[in-house]
Amino acid sequence: MTLIAADHLSVRFGGATVLEDVSLRIAPGEIVTLIGPNGSGKSTLLRALLGIVPASSGSVSRKPGLRIGYVPQKLHIDRGLPMPVRRFLSLPQRHGAAETAAALARVGLEGAEAKAMTDLSGGQMQRVLLARALLMQPDILILDEPTQGLDQPGEAAFYQLIDEVRRQMGCAVLMVSHDLHVVMAASDRVICLNGHVCCEGAPQVVSNAPEYRALFGLGTKGALALYQHRHDHDHDHDHGHGHDHAHPHHLHEADDHAR
Amino acid sequence: MPADFLIRAALAGLGLALAAGPLGCFVVWRRMAYFGDATSHGAILGVALALAFSTSVFVGTLGVALLMALAVSTLAGRGWAIDTTLGVLAHAALALGLIAISFVRSVRVDLESYLFGDILAVTPADLWFIWGGAALVAGLIAARWSALLTSTLSEDLAHASGVSPARERMVLTLALALVVAVAIKVVGALLISAMLIIPAAAARSLARTPEAMALAAIGIGAVAALAGLGASLTLDTPAGPSIVAAAAACFVLSLALGALRRA
Repeated sequence: MTLIAADHLSVRFGGATVLEDVSLRIAPGEIVTLIGPNGSGKSTLLRALLGIVPASSGSVSRKPGLRIGYVPQKLHIDRGLPMPVRRFLSLPQRHGAAETAAALARVGLEGAEAKAMTDLSGGQMQRVLLARALLMQPDILILDEPTQGLDQPGEAAFYQLIDEVRRQMGCAVLMVSHDLHVVMAASDRVICLNGHVCCEGAPQVVSNAPEYRALFGLGTKGALALYQHRHDHDHDHDHGHGHDHAHPHHLHEADDHAR
Repeated sequence: MPADFLIRAALAGLGLALAAGPLGCFVVWRRMAYFGDATSHGAILGVALALAFSTSVFVGTLGVALLMALAVSTLAGRGWAIDTTLGVLAHAALALGLIAISFVRSVRVDLESYLFGDILAVTPADLWFIWGGAALVAGLIAARWSALLTSTLSEDLAHASGVSPARERMVLTLALALVVAVAIKVVGALLISAMLIIPAAAARSLARTPEAMALAAIGIGAVAALAGLGASLTLDTPAGPSIVAAAAACFVLSLALGALRRA
């Protein structure tokens, strides 16, 4: 029983082909992670699966009535829009106070209902986004680099939370991640993307695949050596930091950045 | 007992406040201020066409406002920067409208009333149009409130929760055209955006939820309409600009109130 699937999906923007002949299917309860260099079409693939970006050829299919909990990379809320957490969690469907409180408690933000969304730190914002996704009673959680802009303890805590949630709710998880440590620890399956599917399989299988090594240029044996250097450790504030895909990856030996 | 024309003027102002308050909030939240300008400047062209073809001014402005709004969304969707698109369309429409209206000889003297409104000359028939249009806009926004709010927050989140942002954009486009048609008699084409933006901006410092902000914007718009009308009568100032000036005064007051509340 497949929750969501792409079948020979291609996406082109203008003349540029972003995704070429991508096929994948997500089964209930599994954690699948998309990895790949910048510009490899990871976010585009998620957006195509969500129906935001139309397929140029091929198709996307979803189980009828599939409930998706989506956590975007980040959410910018205009200061002109007064939005308390409680109200945000009830968009677009209303949820009761008890239900809302339980969702906030689950993500470790008890009693944050009355806070303004614009006053949240980056980590709190990601947790609220996750709480909102959980309130949809999702069959699948879709997360697009959900820890961008979090510091490392925040990042580790966030992935742990996702793992707990998955175990409690039994939903599938499809996420884009840069952080291969986490990928390898937490995923059932890894899909390595570079415009097309380079390789996929269990984390160990992928990390030994020549395609993967060619893409990420790893030196160390078996251990996970990729670490994306962060130029901008953005501790706990939520302004729109320009930390995006613009600059190239810096590859380091994992030892340089013992975690 | 105030004269009938005053009562009609007050009712027209209140009708505009009812529609412009909630819609203005979306204009502020989505940063569509220029969008309102383009649509309302197009209305002058609508007036000229309506007079040339002897149809109702309400129908003419509604039609052209709708076309303008559609043209703006289409061009913006094609990758032109939104401010460039609007700069071209708004001023081109205004210029074309002024040229077109100069061909309709009989109204040359009336031009000012379409640019700045003529609220004291609102007829009972106008009032039906104004309240009909205002009720339609308010109803439309109320009915789609949650979906509109979700797609305003984030189009991606809206998509993922089964809301179509394109449809919600159309709802707002339609509402905007209606408000322009409603407002042209009250404050005139040049000041319609002001009635959308100023009450909503004033409401921001007073509200903690989107719903409260929309209601406060209606209230502030209503106060501004009545206060502006009153000032216009006692000081013999033009009515439309007086209403906008009163709204601006409310905005300044709201800043002070907001500062007090935070203190």
